[in-house]
Amino acid sequence: MNFIDANLLTVIIMLPLAGALALLLVPKGKTALIKNMAFGLSAAVFIISLRLYFGFDETNAAMQFTVDKPWLPDWGINYRLGVDGISLLMLMLTTFLTPLAILASFDYIQEHQKAFYAGLLALQTGMLGVFAALDVFLFYVFWEAMLIPMYFLIGVWGGPKRIYAALKFFIYTMLGSVLMLAAIIFICLAHKEQFGTYSFSLFDFYRTAFDLKTQLWLFAAFALAFAIKVPLVPFHTWLPDAHVEAPTAGSVLLAGVLLKMGVYGYLRFAVPMFPAAAQSFAPWLAGLGVIGVIYGSLVAWSQPDMKKMVAYSSVAHMGVIVLGISAFEPAAVSGAVLQMVNHGLSTGALFLLVGVLYERRHTRMIEDYGGLAKAMPGFSAIFMIVMLSSVGLPGLNGFVGEFLILFGSFRTYPWLAAAAVLGVILSAVYMLGMYQRVVFGPVRHEENRHLPDLSVREWGYLLPLLAFIIFIGVYPAPFLRKTDAAVKAYVSAAARQQDSAAEGQGSAADSSLTNKNVNPPHSYKAGRRAAKERR
Amino acid sequence: MPFEHLLVLSFVLFTLAAAGFLTHKNIIVLLMFAELMLNAANIALVAFSKFSGALEPQVFVLMVFAVAAAEAGVGLAIVILLARSLKTLNIDTVKNLRG
Amino acid sequence: MNDFYPLLKWIILPPLAGFILNGLLGRKFLGEKWGGWLGAAAILAAFIASCLCLSDLLSLPVESRLLRDTLFNWISAGNFSIDFALRFDPLSAVMAMVVTGVSFLIHVYSIGYMRGDKGFNRYFAYLNLFVSFMLILVLADNPILMFVGWEGVGLCSYLLIGFWYEDEKNAAAGKKAFITNRVGDAGFLIGLMLMFGLLASQGIFATDFATLARNVNLLDGKIVLGFGAPTIIGLLMFFGATGKSAQFPLYVWLPDAMAGPTPVSALIHAATMVTAGVYMLARMSFLYALAPRALEAVLVVGCFTAFLGAVIATLQSDIKKVLAYSTISQIGYMFMAVGAGSYAAGVFHLTTHAFFKALLFLAAGSVIHGMSGEQDMFKMGGLSKEMRLTFVLTAAGCLAISGIPPLAGFYSKDLVLEHVHAHGIPILWLTGLATAGLTAYYITRLLILTFLGKKNFATHAHESPLIMTIPMVVLAALALTGGWLGSKYLLTFLDPAAATLSGADPEAHRLMLISVVTALAGIASGFFFTIPVLSEALALKFRFAREVIRNKFYVDEIYEFAIIRPLKWTADSVFFGFVDSDMIDGLMVNGAAKLTYRAGLIIRKVQTGNAQLYALAFTGGLILLLYWIM
Repeated sequence: MNFIDANLLTVIIMLPLAGALALLLVPKGKTALIKNMAFGLSAAVFIISLRLYFGFDETNAAMQFTVDKPWLPDWGINYRLGVDGISLLMLMLTTFLTPLAILASFDYIQEHQKAFYAGLLALQTGMLGVFAALDVFLFYVFWEAMLIPMYFLIGVWGGPKRIYAALKFFIYTMLGSVLMLAAIIFICLAHKEQFGTYSFSLFDFYRTAFDLKTQLWLFAAFALAFAIKVPLVPFHTWLPDAHVEAPTAGSVLLAGVLLKMGVYGYLRFAVPMFPAAAQSFAPWLAGLGVIGVIYGSLVAWSQPDMKKMVAYSSVAHMGVIVLGISAFEPAAVSGAVLQMVNHGLSTGALFLLVGVLYERRHTRMIEDYGGLAKAMPGFSAIFMIVMLSSVGLPGLNGFVGEFLILFGSFRTYPWLAAAAVLGVILSAVYMLGMYQRVVFGPVRHEENRHLPDLSVREWGYLLPLLAFIIFIGVYPAPFLRKTDAAVKAYVSAAARQQDSAAEGQGSAADSSLTNKNVNPPHSYKAGRRAAKERR
Repeated sequence: MPFEHLLVLSFVLFTLAAAGFLTHKNIIVLLMFAELMLNAANIALVAFSKFSGALEPQVFVLMVFAVAAAEAGVGLAIVILLARSLKTLNIDTVKNLRG
Repeated sequence: MNDFYPLLKWIILPPLAGFILNGLLGRKFLGEKWGGWLGAAAILAAFIASCLCLSDLLSLPVESRLLRDTLFNWISAGNFSIDFALRFDPLSAVMAMVVTGVSFLIHVYSIGYMRGDKGFNRYFAYLNLFVSFMLILVLADNPILMFVGWEGVGLCSYLLIGFWYEDEKNAAAGKKAFITNRVGDAGFLIGLMLMFGLLASQGIFATDFATLARNVNLLDGKIVLGFGAPTIIGLLMFFGATGKSAQFPLYVWLPDAMAGPTPVSALIHAATMVTAGVYMLARMSFLYALAPRALEAVLVVGCFTAFLGAVIATLQSDIKKVLAYSTISQIGYMFMAVGAGSYAAGVFHLTTHAFFKALLFLAAGSVIHGMSGEQDMFKMGGLSKEMRLTFVLTAAGCLAISGIPPLAGFYSKDLVLEHVHAHGIPILWLTGLATAGLTAYYITRLLILTFLGKKNFATHAHESPLIMTIPMVVLAALALTGGWLGSKYLLTFLDPAAATLSGADPEAHRLMLISVVTALAGIASGFFFTIPVLSEALALKFRFAREVIRNKFYVDEIYEFAIIRPLKWTADSVFFGFVDSDMIDGLMVNGAAKLTYRAGLIIRKVQTGNAQLYALAFTGGLILLLYWIM
């Protein structure tokens, strides 16, 4: 255990990759062994990551569990890892969803099983690495490396249009990341110019100062890469195709984790690096987010395919999250981070549920179902709760995040937040409509009359999700507390522009993300005290 | 013999060979012209060696011989196969590698 | 005043426990035998708990009647901190008593009504869940927690309307209810956002009602969109109330909601949930005190809805639809009272309405039960002989709703009209009066078509079992005496200042007389116009008006064509069809791919495959290079 504790992050990130390599050594025919090994490994990763969660000091705003080992020292490239509250939740989400996704694939995947599970595990390493990397070069390596297993997951085990979808996904993402790479190299060279050494450390990047015009260009390069990943509205069309064609596990991880990387990128890289540019871009980002809410919801309404509908609902949900992070208001940002987890849980669960139906009937069309409540009561009950969580019903997780985002961002963007509320109506329109046509009503197709209800394995991967959906809805405080310090650091990092813009050059101000003494902006308690005094 | 004469010889030989390469149609003839171009280069290399006293150009000449021999071997093998399948040695008919 | 009063949570917990037990174990372990009684017992426990709380509340001095309890800190981020905190003051006490009391009776009734249904346990689970959400709504100490209950009851309403989900129509009605409610909820949320946003800018971050009431005057003088902030907030929140309480323009879901089991209509769509809007306005009365123009809007909308609902109710043939439109109309009265500035009168009418409307719905349920599912009044008739008890109870309910003294409806409706009259806009008072007349008419019509006249069906109807009739008897007793008791105790309890107005107006007696005469006239015309020959002649003469009213003024159709269809068209054709598929995917994404491909097609022509051409290009390049060097 000592070795694990000493290298906790490295173990968590590299264990899946090691597992993937180990899987390749297992003979092809032993499928049961392969499945159990893959599930066991990912479950072990989750259990180890619990040590991370409980060992995390939530009062500390600095990066924790840091690792810093030279990798390509001549270029200032180090193996730097660390987590704060935001990345902690993202890591936990990843380690939590992966075993469930693997469990959901046991029957679904019948061909090339070894390669599939190895690919999933390799994907997990990529995702975890993205969330833990504190070296921009390392981050970029993980960011790109993750594409490869995902590309194969869609392209090999996907539906009929899988090649088109995989290629679209790949090229779309590449397009954004290439610009980001150019920006990264530019910053590194600027850092060399300003400080005399090469460095790819995130904190050195924060320190590197640019005039506003350069910042705008650099921010745009990063923002595009992340906007494609989120996806914000005009850059979203890869998502429905990728979701529809991907196998269930791919969809779950795609929606549950990969989309969060875009938002995470804004939180960790784009905004703190270029606060002045972020401030001037923020209204546009928020606007695109809100357009996404309404546009995504309306388009989701007209989808005949359940997976496509859920994909477009993701566009809407991610739009709300982007609104939250561009408000630079602690409550809104906290809500956005929590909503990232919530969206991962509820959309992940929705894809799993669609997968359950697909395994039984091999169709995803809403029209092919109807009246399932009779044959599959357990399924219908879970589906109902998950759907309501996605709709944002109070008492379930979706509401808490949405509420914080809307109320928090209302102070910054009243009109946009009010418009986003309309998305709340629309989400009910399409989700309830879909649910009604799938679960209620008469049995329209005879073959649906005797569909088996959920099996033990299916309960096994749905119940954990359900537990968190309800738990976060009723008692979100533990999760909000974890992110509190990191969110405040983000907000004050975004507010840094006053200094840097005023000085034009922005002297190498201490990165506020490493600074522990962040002043909380007007706390609730202070307000309450003031109220008491007035009385 | 002055240095320039040798270089002029090399240049003239190379130009003639290149012109021949561009104008003839028989693949075997083309191969021979290619050899001629290599030999023109060899003459230039030898000239450099003689007048500078360095030995490296001669090493290159030997290198070119080796390459030319190999090239001739592979080239003729391809020509034989082409002749078998296309029944012709006209370069204009061999266009299978067009884009 | 007591800030740590742990008993409060025991009002909410039993129904929640009932939900969990019936929901998880119901079908397998409890079955029909225990499930129903367990559900009813849970509500009884909640009722007893609220009685205990009430007695503790009454023991406090009048000025500081408030019990609070904070369970835990629910959401806390940035400067938001929202507690799961409960509050028990006279207003929530009255609501809690009504909710738990009426719910208990309806639960007991349901045991008989739902006997033999396949979803028996599911039904009681939903019903218990509804009661717990309703209690959260009523007891919440901040608007956000109230919103939890607010949406929660909407969910249960959705589940229960679509309870018999095999019929697509029921499921669709549930969906319509949920979505219409959500439209209102959006207004409610935006109103809250505006209020919290403005208060936060003044340094007020606490969200509990007491803090809000103390600081609401900070909003005064703020201008938002050309209106005073309290007015805008008040209007937005009232929009939320029109959704939940089925007022114009969002009332359309309630008639469809009758697709649910009849006890559900009695509990949710008559007695409790639909009155949540009135409760909310009363709860936010401190805000409306600053927003007279918003109150004006409440008054006008309430008045209009009351009249509209009554007019539509006069020509419905489905017994439950009559009652549904009647509910819409009666809630309009409550909003009139609130709009006229008397929250106590509104809540008073809410209470009496809960009694007599629940009674009427249960009686209708009894009839439907006895007739094995028939709901069309024109296929009934003459039931008074076969269902004597139900007939008597219905008649009591009819008299109560018509406003015949000394029944419950008389006291509360008269008080409402008195306040509206005192408010000083004669046309509104007259409309209210006319509505009272129409109410008496349509309810008499219902009574006659169902129970009197000649029998229009072949089969035999049967009286309901005791388990269904006893709750009705209790409700009837309340409907008979509730008004008198209420005017004596309830009003002073709710608002010590409000009771003084009643009877103090010199015109009060004259107004009372006028409304009683109107009610009697309504009843008389009810008997008159149901004479078959006369009604047929009238139907012929006013065919157009009759068609319009029978089709509910085509409001559903107007919404369909003005809002839903265009929106769906935008979604399908403009957004998905054009923007998504054609513009973004077709033109930009695949367009870029095609452009690259086309460019390749052109450029590949250079690669002719002619080796001599390549050599020529090579030579040319060499010459150019040499030229450039020298």
